[in-house]
Amino acid sequence: MSLAEPATAPAVDVGAEPPRRQPGAFGRLLRSELRLVLGRRRSVVLLTGLALVPLLLGIVLFVTRDTALAGQGPGFIAQVTGNGLFLVVAALFLCMPFLLPLCIGIASGDAVAGEASTGTLRYLLVVPVGRSRLLLAKAIGALAFAAAAVAAIAVVGLAAGAALFGVQDITLLSGTTVPVGESVLRVLAVAVYVGLSMTGLVAVGLFFSTLTEVPVGAMAATVCVAIVSAVLDQLPQLSAIHPGLLTHHWLDFAELLRVQPDWAVLGQGLAIQLAWVAVFSSLAWARFTTADVSS
Amino acid sequence: MTLAASRDEAAGTAPAALVVPDDENASDAAWAVRTRGLTKRFRSGQVAVDGIDLAVPRGAVYGFLGPNGSGKTTTIRMLLGLVQPTAGAAWLLGRRMPDAAAAVLPRVGALVEGPAFQPYLTGRANLARLEAADATADPRTARRRADAALERVGLAAAAGKPYRQYSLGMKQRLGLAAALLRPRDLLVLDEPTNGLDPQGTREVRHLVRELAAAGTTVLVSSHLLTEIEQVCSHVGIMSRGRLLVQGERETLVAREAVRVRLTTRPADLGSAVAVLGRAGLRDVVPEPGGADEAVVTAVLDEVDPAAVTAALVRADVPVLGFGVDRPSLEQMFVELTGEGFDVAR
Repeated sequence: MSLAEPATAPAVDVGAEPPRRQPGAFGRLLRSELRLVLGRRRSVVLLTGLALVPLLLGIVLFVTRDTALAGQGPGFIAQVTGNGLFLVVAALFLCMPFLLPLCIGIASGDAVAGEASTGTLRYLLVVPVGRSRLLLAKAIGALAFAAAAVAAIAVVGLAAGAALFGVQDITLLSGTTVPVGESVLRVLAVAVYVGLSMTGLVAVGLFFSTLTEVPVGAMAATVCVAIVSAVLDQLPQLSAIHPGLLTHHWLDFAELLRVQPDWAVLGQGLAIQLAWVAVFSSLAWARFTTADVSS
Repeated sequence: MTLAASRDEAAGTAPAALVVPDDENASDAAWAVRTRGLTKRFRSGQVAVDGIDLAVPRGAVYGFLGPNGSGKTTTIRMLLGLVQPTAGAAWLLGRRMPDAAAAVLPRVGALVEGPAFQPYLTGRANLARLEAADATADPRTARRRADAALERVGLAAAAGKPYRQYSLGMKQRLGLAAALLRPRDLLVLDEPTNGLDPQGTREVRHLVRELAAAGTTVLVSSHLLTEIEQVCSHVGIMSRGRLLVQGERETLVAREAVRVRLTTRPADLGSAVAVLGRAGLRDVVPEPGGADEAVVTAVLDEVDPAAVTAALVRADVPVLGFGVDRPSLEQMFVELTGEGFDVAR
């Protein structure tokens, strides 16, 4: 039997030079990933839905502002009719408890599980793409979607607010008035804080996404984490664990609307997100780099 | 012959049939694929692949055959670094997997358990995505190479259609195109003819021949033995997670016994058996059939079939039919396992 000495043994090609990495390789992977994540129909629908929130809210408030209801809504909503800038804040405030986590849960839960369920994951891995690099690209893609979601609310809110109610100096929660330029900056800072507040949830979604090949499962689990966290945050008996909860500092963006924001509170909020990101991205990495891909 | 008995028999003959190259250097670059004791036990406890020693020489077209569920795909997943072996080791192109994946896989084109692409992207956009993910491919030639690959598998005309509108055969072709995006030293094609019509199957065979002629080693798996048998220079046969036999196809088939098949009258069955025995044939098996005909089969060995027919005629045994069954892989498989080839586990 000639298997032990193949007749076709290659004369040359034994050490064929190792393939060289082309410059800008990760950039190409990332661009392709972003196009896929942001270009898919589902993403466009979700982002459009989020963008409609400030628009509809603005229109409703515009239509009803001369009625007795004006100025009686909760929190920031009451302020919108006086200053379009508050439309951004009010819309973010409305979206934060559920809509935003839902959309972000969908995008991040789908990141790896979606590829696994269509089977494209195995083909990416045999291209080959290193698992760590692929996970990093997936994480950046999910973060990009989160940023786009917040930006959709902020940009449309800003435009609709300016068009419907005009943009004035802001009278802060503490009663002081700041000029338009600073007001716009403060509102943008609110949007950035909200965006950063979502990073922990993105990491959680990414981790769940590495556990399953059923994207819906990962999405639902991610949204559940946000909801459970919000519920626990309401129970005074659990006040000991409140500071560590994913959602505990989410609404602290209001600090940015005080004359002198309490930077410690905001810092804490960002630190908590950082901690969740560190823990869950590590778990995602540990899982994804060792898991058998059998889908 | 009962199943259990035949399996015992298979177990008895397997060591002789197994061709395990005894070289100690498994990373030898003479092998395009080499495994040693490769084993995968799933968490459920099921052993999908049970200590196989695969040996695919460079330049071979290796038919990796076995029924559905015999462990072929799990083996291929381990070769490609998708699944971590429970025990044993695998080498691709002389390099240990999965450690050398980054260096080896760019030289390996693969079709694993059917094609899979993004449903809403076009065929061409799907190839562009794989191309973008390939860190070592030259982006300047990406478009040209994708077009050439699409052309090669006959998909150029449908390249602009979304993948979800493709028929099963077109999907399979796109999978092949992805495997051919770059010049490869090794192609691992798992069930490449699944979903293809007879014409498509012929085209795949043609493609495999063409690639092999250009020096590419091809490992092609199939549960349909006859579809692939003809293009293979080597075969390995899997059953229930074990590699029953592997080697050059010609050699393996030649080792199989050639049987003759005589059709005669039922009344003459006894004398037919006696004549065949006297003529030097062994393993003479009478199979009393219907009222008009009966069949006797026997192993021919070195006996001249012409001499056998002459002896039958001299003994006045009516010869209603006489044939020599050329041995096939299928027959060998049945003898090794006591099962038909297409039996799913």
